[in-house]
Amino acid sequence: MPLSGFKFGKKKLKEEERYLQANNRDFNLEFEYANNSIKTSKYNFFTFLPLNLFEQFQRIANAYFLFLLILQLIPQVSSLSWFTTVVPLVLVLAVSGVKDAIDDFNRHKSDNHVNNRPVQVLINGRLKDDKWMNIQVGDIIKLENNNFVTADLLLLSSSEPHSLTYIETAELDGETNLKVKQALTVTAELGENLQKLTDFNGEVKCEAPNNKLDKFTGTLTLRGEKFALDNEKMLLRGCTIRNTEWCFGLVIYAGPDTKLMQNCGKTTFKRTSIDRLMNVLVLVIFAFLALMCFILAIGNGIWEHDKGYYFQVYLPWAVGVNSAAYSGFLMFWSYVIILNTVVPISLYVSVEIIRLGNSFYIDWDRKMYYPLNDTPAQARTTTLNEELGQIKYIFSDKTGTLTQNIMAFNKCSINGKSYGDVYDMAGQRTEITEHTEKVDFSYNRLADPKFVFYDHSLVEAVKLDDAATHGFFRLLSLCHTVMPEEKKEGNLVYQAQSPDEGALVTAARNFGFVFRARTPETITVVEMGETKVYELLAILDFNNVRKRMSVIVRSPEGDLTLYCKGADTIVYELLDSSCGSLKEETMEHLNEFAGEGLRTLVVAYKNLQEDYFQEWHKRHHEASTALDGREEKLSELYEEIEKDLMLLGATAIEDKLQDGVPQTIETLTKAHIKIWVLTGDKQETAVNIGYSCNMLHDDMEDVFIIEGNTSEEVLDELRTARKKMNPDSFLDSDDIIKFENPSTKSRILPEEQANGVYGLVINGHSLAYALEGNLELELVRTACLCKVVICCRVTPLQKAQVVELVKKYKKAVTLAIGDGANDVSMIKTAHIGVGISGQEGMQAVLSSDFSFAQFRYLQRLLLVHGRWSYIRMCKFLRYFFYKNFAFTLVHFWYGFFSGFSAQTVYDQWFITLYNLVYTSLPVLGMSLFDQDVDDRWSMQFPHLYEPGQQNLYFNKIEFVKCVLHGIYSSLILFFIPYGAMYDTVRSDGKAIADYQSFALMAQTCLLIVVSVQIGLDTAYWTAVNQFFIWGSLSVYFAIIFTMYSDGMYLIFTASFPFIGTARNTLSQPNVWLVIFLSIILCVLPVVGGRFLKSQLMPTISDKVLRKIRAAKKQPPPPLPKTRLRRTSTRRSGYAFSHQHGFGALIMSGRNMRPKLPFTTTGMFSPNSEKNKHK
Amino acid sequence: MGPCPVVGQWQGSGLSLGLHGALPGGGAMAGIGALPGNKPDNTAFTQQRLPAWQPLLSAGTALPLFFCAGLACLALGLGLHFSSATIRELELDYTGAPGSGHNCSRCANASRAGAAGCTCSLRFELPERFPGPVCLYYQLANYYQNHRRYSVSRDDRQLSGVASGLSNPARECSPFRTDPRGIPIAPCGAIANSLFNDTFALYHLANGTFYPVPLDNRGISWWTDSNIKFSNPELINGSLEAAFRGTAKPPNWPHAAYTLDMGNLNNTGFINEDFIVWMRTAALPTFRKLYRRVREGNFSSGLPQGTYRLDITYNYPVLSFQGTKKVIFSTVSWMGGKNPFLGIVYLIFGSACILTGFVMLAVHIKFQKQNQMDVE
Repeated sequence: MPLSGFKFGKKKLKEEERYLQANNRDFNLEFEYANNSIKTSKYNFFTFLPLNLFEQFQRIANAYFLFLLILQLIPQVSSLSWFTTVVPLVLVLAVSGVKDAIDDFNRHKSDNHVNNRPVQVLINGRLKDDKWMNIQVGDIIKLENNNFVTADLLLLSSSEPHSLTYIETAELDGETNLKVKQALTVTAELGENLQKLTDFNGEVKCEAPNNKLDKFTGTLTLRGEKFALDNEKMLLRGCTIRNTEWCFGLVIYAGPDTKLMQNCGKTTFKRTSIDRLMNVLVLVIFAFLALMCFILAIGNGIWEHDKGYYFQVYLPWAVGVNSAAYSGFLMFWSYVIILNTVVPISLYVSVEIIRLGNSFYIDWDRKMYYPLNDTPAQARTTTLNEELGQIKYIFSDKTGTLTQNIMAFNKCSINGKSYGDVYDMAGQRTEITEHTEKVDFSYNRLADPKFVFYDHSLVEAVKLDDAATHGFFRLLSLCHTVMPEEKKEGNLVYQAQSPDEGALVTAARNFGFVFRARTPETITVVEMGETKVYELLAILDFNNVRKRMSVIVRSPEGDLTLYCKGADTIVYELLDSSCGSLKEETMEHLNEFAGEGLRTLVVAYKNLQEDYFQEWHKRHHEASTALDGREEKLSELYEEIEKDLMLLGATAIEDKLQDGVPQTIETLTKAHIKIWVLTGDKQETAVNIGYSCNMLHDDMEDVFIIEGNTSEEVLDELRTARKKMNPDSFLDSDDIIKFENPSTKSRILPEEQANGVYGLVINGHSLAYALEGNLELELVRTACLCKVVICCRVTPLQKAQVVELVKKYKKAVTLAIGDGANDVSMIKTAHIGVGISGQEGMQAVLSSDFSFAQFRYLQRLLLVHGRWSYIRMCKFLRYFFYKNFAFTLVHFWYGFFSGFSAQTVYDQWFITLYNLVYTSLPVLGMSLFDQDVDDRWSMQFPHLYEPGQQNLYFNKIEFVKCVLHGIYSSLILFFIPYGAMYDTVRSDGKAIADYQSFALMAQTCLLIVVSVQIGLDTAYWTAVNQFFIWGSLSVYFAIIFTMYSDGMYLIFTASFPFIGTARNTLSQPNVWLVIFLSIILCVLPVVGGRFLKSQLMPTISDKVLRKIRAAKKQPPPPLPKTRLRRTSTRRSGYAFSHQHGFGALIMSGRNMRPKLPFTTTGMFSPNSEKNKHK
Repeated sequence: MGPCPVVGQWQGSGLSLGLHGALPGGGAMAGIGALPGNKPDNTAFTQQRLPAWQPLLSAGTALPLFFCAGLACLALGLGLHFSSATIRELELDYTGAPGSGHNCSRCANASRAGAAGCTCSLRFELPERFPGPVCLYYQLANYYQNHRRYSVSRDDRQLSGVASGLSNPARECSPFRTDPRGIPIAPCGAIANSLFNDTFALYHLANGTFYPVPLDNRGISWWTDSNIKFSNPELINGSLEAAFRGTAKPPNWPHAAYTLDMGNLNNTGFINEDFIVWMRTAALPTFRKLYRRVREGNFSSGLPQGTYRLDITYNYPVLSFQGTKKVIFSTVSWMGGKNPFLGIVYLIFGSACILTGFVMLAVHIKFQKQNQMDVE
């Protein structure tokens, strides 16, 4: 083969173009394309142990313990038995290892499951059953109805007319509506003729594997003729074939090269602020540890010099030690080993367990379960829980997040007359209530029974054969990309690409212009009961630059017409000059609609000349097969024909708010969380929804609107706003100049307070300026003074930039919530990303950390789960550091009395088991069950959320307090037994101040003290907590009595030298007196301190807790009133199509970003229709 | 549910995989039928509604706690203080530091020079009767039995009479593991080697003559130590000496271990009680160890007031490292030997508790109104 020379180089070179030939395995194998087996697993049976261990030791904590273990192997340094480090390390490694193994096992299982799926492949003229993993690039395979698509295929032919194939892309983007794909005519001829298919030897040249789900460019060369290939002819892996008996496809990308797999790459790893703080603290602790060891090493040097040297009569220096200084040096390392428990390995494991547990609670919460589409809340990332209790800024998308993304055709303006409002007898506009009489569509056999309209005059206009009205609805029934489905006669279901489009076509359907069927060339419409077949000549499709779509159709009468619908601003530019007054009237209506928060569209038409069209059509065909610059050429052509349009009217669609949005926003605002709405909508409608969501309200001091067109204007507007909100902030305005210096980029701005409640609205243009280097600081300072910020006409990139900006200048935790692919960037950027698993695609959910179905669950996620997780984690850390400092520092004090010889105070077994067995469960119990007040009160008093935002429960100061507390306890724990044992004896006269008794006493004191302390810290005593605490203590006593028993000594003489210590020591009354004294000395000052603090300097939560306590004594308050849903007079406002609202900005070139995949945004799924009526 | 779980794997951590088998993608499909398949269970545990007791730190709990604890401590403190005060104790320092003019200075110098077997006598008065049983202790100070290398320098296997321990002592024993010729030492290690070997004899002056006071050396060690932890190697032909054959004595010892109490097979070798007491290392650098008890003959009810003489065989050098040696006569009570520390700490802390209780009460009363206002 001539290409074999490239074989080696091919692997190294990145594939730039894919070249393959159908039915020619030998040829295709030359390129070494990946075959269709996928491997998501990391290990196999043999590589698991080495690879997994290697990975685990990359974690700093594990590496540190390995280092300790190595230190312990040096005999001169070794101060502890090997097992004190090995047992915990092995346990931790084993737990993580088992977890990894289970994960990997599941991956293997699912890989196998997927790889072994059967598929029919065409080999040597015959269909052969094979496994998925054996499929190779260039193979032709047959898929049947409801099959999963095996690889990325070029559709060749199918059972349906015109070789259409219907697919469902739920796996890919979560959309359950059907999409249609169509094969090239030249391949469609192949049908299911196996001979023809076998002889098919087309060559495909296409782009290298990439992750763009909506794009594909390539050419098919067949018998010397070239055919353009695009995404419309591709069946992607991850889709499911529906409503299609069979189809044949040519494998283009297989296995890891498929678009699905290419999309599933890296996930960004997020860390919480507590994680980062912990890393700092661990370093601080290391420094502290080094300091202690240094002190003790110096002490040892001095001691060996002054005393040890002379004590050599009884204890000669170790071999090789010839000076006190060298002994001190060795002792430094010995103490590193002994004091290592200040950074216990179990800390990291416990933190992970706690987070995991708290994530489960989120998954399990029935109050965050949405029954209508059976979606529970989901913690997709299990490592961020406590951060949920610290959110200061919420960045919210609007469509699908605040609103339901359910569209209803609500009003329209036809030929200068507005329809949709209801008037009473006196001619006054009345509110639409449940009792308002609905229009009766029963005369129309094909009407959608779920469609609701109240204005009877429109029906009358239709019935009166008003030409404009007919034209209006004819346009709506023709100009769209909806797919009809009529399984049963008369039972029409529309599959629409966007919900507003569905709403419009449904409206036309009910008013008598029923869109019934379509083929690539025709559209069948039943107009007022009469079936008409229009010839579809061209679809000038929608994109976010054009903001309009048009169709060119030939009516049965032979008239050529272009129908266009689009955003008002765009379409108005294209209108013919003859519709002057109608333009004004319609504009008035449009403003009215927008003011009510409705989404508006303008519709227009144009009659075309046959000759012109034919000529245009030819050029269109050429452009659409061009290989390069196809899109530019097409859009030029579109622009050429879409002009001098005749205005027909305008439509207005209502977008419904999700349940509970205003209440949720109110609650979150009370919790001092700032909410920024980032939306692609236009300004008026964005402001409007701000009001309807309760974000903006009339008693705000002011709502600033930033809409400058140059940086100077924007700067000026921002400064004016800030001057009004906080005049003081300009006293240091000279600083601004300094700030602009790029070297001080990551400066954290202090919190500023505004002198009132303000809102800020900024549009996309101004935002683009404001996000530029020298203005971003102004923007942050101004915007953060406001309670509510609304950014309109924002691109996905800008969404991420805004989040990034706040992250950069504010020491605050941010949360981004959204449901669409356009929110992915901000979801990934924010500290916490929340995906709404609602109507739009799955992409937001897949890249989110938490997901649930309704925006209103956010308040429960933050105020209940987040707050509890935060409190639990902080309590855990405070206690954990305390217990380990109290535990470890006793060794430090003992050093002064044992010649700084790295002698431990406790039995080595106790050191081994302390963190793992004796104290792990009680603190876990607290960290999994604790709650200061229950969920109802948490929601009732959002103020309780504030300590988390201010990071009050665990920070450096709190850490120092824990350390001091630990030091105090360790002093008590050492010196009380010391004082009590010094010079004394047992009641039978035998000595008691022996090392083993002292060790037992100290460890028993310690364990009881830390158990009492955890009891003190536990606010919520469940049976489990009791069981854990008492259980741990019992286990301790059981273990010491076992380990110190005669039997154990006789079996393992060398390992358990403490024989008899437990029964000899614990039988002494003064030992118990010492234990009792240690407990009260350690605990009572804490109780007193806490009591006095809550009395003298009550914190916010102290005050709220007191309030709750008082309230609890009274009968329980009524549940928060569920306010009546707003009636339909106040609506959300929207511009044309929210997904593409940022077109103008992209056109301006200020903001370059690859366009978002159209197919993955703003899709409508049949669920929404169904859910609405449940 | 098709490849759904596969999608789940690529995203998020591996952990989430096991937890969330079903992704909402699947849910959406199932949603058409609206089966509540994903609805979480309604249990107290999953909904975090476990019944619980929520103790509150309020004036109602904190104040009584402080007052009760204070009173309890005071009571305990008083009890401890008085019982400690009833204990009679007499300390005699016989280190014989140079220049102290002590009777034993001579022996101290001699032991420094390496000589052993020097004896000296101390005469002392008991000002009052010591009720029995009276214990006789020796106390060493500035002596670091708790030094890590010292305290590990032993072989418990050897001491429990395991034969292999005799022939091959543990590594920890070094440098007292084998003698220069390579013969294993029994008992090995620094602790055994440094066995305290001063001996004492007590005489009571009655009617102008010193009568010996019988000293009981039985039961001075823990029962578990002398019966389980320590035991001699198996006798060979009824001879302990034969059992120890092939071992060397510790370098500091004048004789081999099996001669520790020649006449008494139950108190010689490893199970010699003086040896066992020494081997139970002390926790602190100043420690006392039980030497003998006075509980026999005329003295079973205690030591009467009067004059006594203590004859000391001064073998054990401590002066080189500024150690001191003392002999102590002490009675015991239910709480052990004399130790005023516990009693005093209890008394101080008890008073502090009650004082703090009053301060807290005052604070509570003063701030009660303000706090109540907060509530409103």
